[in-house]
Amino acid sequence: MNKVVKNPVEALEGLQDDMTLMMGGFGLCGIPENSIAEMVRMGVSGLTCISNNAGVDDFGLGLLLQGKQIKKMISSYVGENDEFERQMLSGELEVDLIPQGSLAERCRAGGAGIPAFYTPAGYGTEVAEGKEVREFNGKPHILESALTADFAIVKAWRGDTEGNLIFKATARNFNPMMAMAGKITVAEVEELLPAGSLNPNEIHTPGIFIQRIFQGETFEKRIEQRTVRQK
Amino acid sequence: MALDKNGIAQRIAQELRDGWYVNLGIGIPTLVANYIPEGIEVEFQSENGILGMGPFPIDGEEDADLINAGKQTITAMNGAAYFDSAMSFAMIRGQHVQLTVLGAMEVSQNGDIANWKIPGKMVKGMGGAMDLVASAENIIVAMMHANKAGVSKLLKKCSLPLTGVGCVKKVITNLAVMEIKNNAFHLVERAPGVTVEEIMAATEGDLVIPDNIPEMQL
Repeated sequence: MNKVVKNPVEALEGLQDDMTLMMGGFGLCGIPENSIAEMVRMGVSGLTCISNNAGVDDFGLGLLLQGKQIKKMISSYVGENDEFERQMLSGELEVDLIPQGSLAERCRAGGAGIPAFYTPAGYGTEVAEGKEVREFNGKPHILESALTADFAIVKAWRGDTEGNLIFKATARNFNPMMAMAGKITVAEVEELLPAGSLNPNEIHTPGIFIQRIFQGETFEKRIEQRTVRQK
Repeated sequence: MALDKNGIAQRIAQELRDGWYVNLGIGIPTLVANYIPEGIEVEFQSENGILGMGPFPIDGEEDADLINAGKQTITAMNGAAYFDSAMSFAMIRGQHVQLTVLGAMEVSQNGDIANWKIPGKMVKGMGGAMDLVASAENIIVAMMHANKAGVSKLLKKCSLPLTGVGCVKKVITNLAVMEIKNNAFHLVERAPGVTVEEIMAATEGDLVIPDNIPEMQL
């Protein structure tokens, strides 16, 4: 079993137009930036991207939006991405906005073999339109379905040749659930180590979920909102 | 005089109780962390994946991998924990978080809240707000009493797409503290120097006014 690939070119082999992708990260934190750069280079288009956000105008998934490579976004927050908001309001970009917790759970369910689940989030709102409503313990819930993807592309701090992953701080976010829900899951890591280098007690994502892994060449790790205090 | 955003945050901080886990939304709610009353220990949960969120880092020590739900660089307190988004919303949906403070564009007298979309004009997305308001037992809305055009944000019925229904129990604004019950806003406190008449004029929804309305003590 050899999961190690040399670079994002090999890691994304088979990624084609019109595919559905999951992209890990929250804001610009924990995003697979090397893979995104390769997708820009490949010029794949018509993509459906499942990702909490869409980066900023000139970084992260914002780069794919600028190149009109994304047909549809499934996200919870547009936030401060002007191009995303513009494309959505003009109707160029199809957008499915779903509550953040439901997004996380839908990915987790997709990877865990749970086809759907009930949640109170979104009941009585636009999000509930067309969805089954059922009461549990006197409280209405809506039925949300699982999400899966042709490719899930995640970013971890450390990984080993078995595909085991450890994330750093809040860069973990959506990466572990998305890793579970890809037909092919690609992990790009800051540091790729031989099997046995990571403590099995500390693995966040077991290697069974990972098909391809590579060490990213560089990580810019841009900060979206630098906020500091004085000493 | 009406409070500024820091004043609202300071008044909300008085609602904190020792030992609580608290989720603070973006904007005014974030400022609440600056006014934790003496003798009270709370832990802040940020839904992107940290329990035990600390203050902003000292200049030069910021870490791109450590941010809050507003994407701001933060620090972690001693005893903090990191986790993934599914775990984070298990804490929220499972009602393990004792208090949620969030902002709003509109609140109605039956406790509905709208804060994610103005059709045709602005769409920020709901982020974690729908999960938070659907599950939290104790929700405080922190906001200005009126919007920038001077129109009341405390309404009989929300006009914007909803974030949640019948979920808000308390609203703290630059003018007043109000509880929501029996399909009305109940005036509890007024900001220092603000008259009941001013609050009545700024509130479109039904307002119940008891005989005695103390000023906030800040």
